[in-house]
Amino acid sequence: MRSLNQTTTPAVLLLLTVLLVGACAAGDGSSTVPISATTGPEPASGRTVTLVTHDSFWVSEGTLEAFTTETGVEVEIQRLGDTGQLVASAILTSGDPLGDVLYGVDNTFLQRALDADLFIPYESPALAGVAAPLILDPGHRVTPIDFGDVCVNYWIDAFDDDLPAPSGLADLVDPAYSGMLAVQNPETSSPGMAFLLATIAEYGEGWEEYWSALRRNDVSVTTGWEDAYYGEFIAGGGDRPIVVSYASSPPAEVIYADPPVDSPPTAVLTDTCFRQVEFAGILAGSDNNAAAEALLDFLLSATFQEDIPLNMFVFPALEAATLPDEFIDFVELVDDPHALDPAVIEANRNDWTERWTSLVLR
Amino acid sequence: MRGHLARIFCVGLPAAFLGVFFVFPVVSILRLGLSGGGLEHLTGLPASDTFRGIAWFTLWQAAVSTVLTVVVALPAAHLASRRRFRGRRLVRALTTVPFVLPTVVVGGAFLALFDRLGLDSGPVTLTHTVWAVLVAHVFFNVAVVIRTVGSFWEGMDPGVEEQARMLGASPLRAFVMVTLPRLWPAIASAASIVFLFCLTSFGVILLLGGPGIATLETEIWRHAVWRGDFRAATALAVVQLVAVIAVVVVGNRLQRRRAVDQRTVRCRQPAAGRLELVANLGLLSAVLGLPAVVLVERSFRSGGGYSLANYRALAERVDLLPVTALGALGNSLLFAVVAVALAVTVGGLASLVVVHGPRGISRVFDLGLMLPLGVSAVTIGFGMLVALGQPPLDLRSSRWLVPVAHALIGIPFVMRTLVPTLRSIDSRLREAAAVLGAPPGLVRRWVDLPIAGRALTVGAGFAFAVSLGEFGATSFLPRQPDRLTAPLALFRLLATPGQALRGQAMALAVTLMALTALSVLLIEGHSGPAGSDL
Repeated sequence: MRSLNQTTTPAVLLLLTVLLVGACAAGDGSSTVPISATTGPEPASGRTVTLVTHDSFWVSEGTLEAFTTETGVEVEIQRLGDTGQLVASAILTSGDPLGDVLYGVDNTFLQRALDADLFIPYESPALAGVAAPLILDPGHRVTPIDFGDVCVNYWIDAFDDDLPAPSGLADLVDPAYSGMLAVQNPETSSPGMAFLLATIAEYGEGWEEYWSALRRNDVSVTTGWEDAYYGEFIAGGGDRPIVVSYASSPPAEVIYADPPVDSPPTAVLTDTCFRQVEFAGILAGSDNNAAAEALLDFLLSATFQEDIPLNMFVFPALEAATLPDEFIDFVELVDDPHALDPAVIEANRNDWTERWTSLVLR
Repeated sequence: MRGHLARIFCVGLPAAFLGVFFVFPVVSILRLGLSGGGLEHLTGLPASDTFRGIAWFTLWQAAVSTVLTVVVALPAAHLASRRRFRGRRLVRALTTVPFVLPTVVVGGAFLALFDRLGLDSGPVTLTHTVWAVLVAHVFFNVAVVIRTVGSFWEGMDPGVEEQARMLGASPLRAFVMVTLPRLWPAIASAASIVFLFCLTSFGVILLLGGPGIATLETEIWRHAVWRGDFRAATALAVVQLVAVIAVVVVGNRLQRRRAVDQRTVRCRQPAAGRLELVANLGLLSAVLGLPAVVLVERSFRSGGGYSLANYRALAERVDLLPVTALGALGNSLLFAVVAVALAVTVGGLASLVVVHGPRGISRVFDLGLMLPLGVSAVTIGFGMLVALGQPPLDLRSSRWLVPVAHALIGIPFVMRTLVPTLRSIDSRLREAAAVLGAPPGLVRRWVDLPIAGRALTVGAGFAFAVSLGEFGATSFLPRQPDRLTAPLALFRLLATPGQALRGQAMALAVTLMALTALSVLLIEGHSGPAGSDL
């Protein structure tokens, strides 16, 4: 039985051809035609402003409503993947952006985003309350909103007078700490990348020698944070007492402890930290600048900033923001974290990770 | 006239769905990448040792994974389709469960298991080796073969084997010489799905294979997302697409080679022998059960002992998540229902076209609708963002794009169970019905539908499970926070330290497993007379 006769064949081929031609035409359009040519001017203040961000973004209920009460503008949030996915998506859709404001590009990806001309400058008056070292783009194409430190954590009970906890990067290559450290692959993990950058900031050209020594000391490399922290580290049932994690991990170990504890079982080596700063910026091609600027100001307001720590486990950029007790009680404030210029990171990261891979994994 | 419109609908709907949500996005993103210098990169690939190594590894690990999966699954498929035993439907539903489990959870369970069995180091090391990858691939895919081949086997006339046995063939000889060739279309069908799944496997490779192993899929992701090198990513994506097309073309050819008569009337099946039952269930529990047991055990661990606390916590919102874990499960269920409706409609129509339609369209559909299974989530996700941003297709911020993406992956399951069955519907049965005076509509209603229904429910069950557990493509699409799905919630819970969060993540994983088993039981419970147990 043939329930479809030959006359439909041309119809289908035609349909597929139209679709393919359409695809090609759109491919051209999105890559070459500037957005200003395809969309007309819109009212400066839309009723809605769209915030594009990563999957870790969240604030308490009521926080964004405060912005709506103040300005009459609703905030629509669109979350998309992790930082890397977010930045790549923004670059691929540049000129025809997914929203008005992007929040979540960090200093390790910043230069890539700036090179792609993702943002238009806006200097928020609220920047006056932000510490200068966080303002990494003098042109204000991006505005710092929060920061967090990636640091070496250790399991306190694993060390005693006979073997005290290591004190910094140099101790980690000491044979006394052989087989104790778990790190993440910098090519697949954001804390892994941050730790590699910390060692490069500390040792400069000597970083490769340092990693060779780490390898000789039986460092364990995992793909992501989860398998390092929960697979290798003692916290998850593993047997390694030292792991690359965050400065905010000890307070999380208390807040989300089960059974409840009075103090964290883990501590941070403050000399090993690399600071990750997260930025927000107005996406080029957004036709909603007034609302977008108001939203950027709001992201630096005390209302939003004080809501950051317990929702995202990072620090607010606004110096005057009050930190919640449960957060501040167990967190080590890192005074002098390692840092590298975003332009230097972008120019070298692929070379660094390739050299790292052949040194540590091959 | 009505018949003509129906034909255009049968062809037009799947063509439009595939065109808008797959062909257009993939062509757009590949064009963008190739015009930006990817073409030179592509032509330079064959000379690269690294590339050749990665391409070769990608292919052989997928091939070995597929063979292992078929070998483990065939005896179980026989048991599940040709033997009576108590709890048969439950066992079938349970085998589908691994499908929904996010790899971050399964990976963790496997690593913990290797650790407990002493396989994490020493003379027999599985952790961070290709062996761990192969084991996990069998874990995830064994159900595809059991169910796809099983549903086909169930409808096969056992008389032929019985004749062979009566003529003196040993059981093994009867199987190899008679049963196996007749099962071939279904095995090829299932194997092609498994192969594509292993070709694009992502979490398993990264987590269990460890940092030393790379495939085309992980390299596309690394170049596009991590290094921001869209040229290299595009070049690899083109290679992946070509490989997938080749695999599907060969697979489809193998399936077309033979058709076996399928029947609606069933003989009473023999009861399962104790040895067969014990051996099969033992093997299945070792492969599927052990990692699941690790998860269940962890989900009850709380407060230093065992309790239901983690399950109670699913209803309470933690600061890190926009909705409760139960709310996320609700979202996942809604998306899965929509995705299954789409997959059954599009996949069902397309299957009719593949079997009864003109040859050209048949081949195009049979190939085209399989491809989404073998194309990287990076390619599809970024493609949708690039292509679906302009009216009239301004869909990239629509909440319904997520179930659409899930349906793309579900459709191949519907088609690969339905097509071999539709092809095999016993022509004598239809002729007999026609001779007895049944008009074509009635033939379809009473002959085709009951037989096809059985296969359709199996495909729908898989589409449902795929949607419930989907992580990769979902993560590339913009989503409003309150539309959080269960796998994404689980991932977020596992990304912050604290045993309370981890316990809740495990409880969520186990709930997801239970929900899948229940859904598959429900979906297959209504498969009509042919699908019911005897």
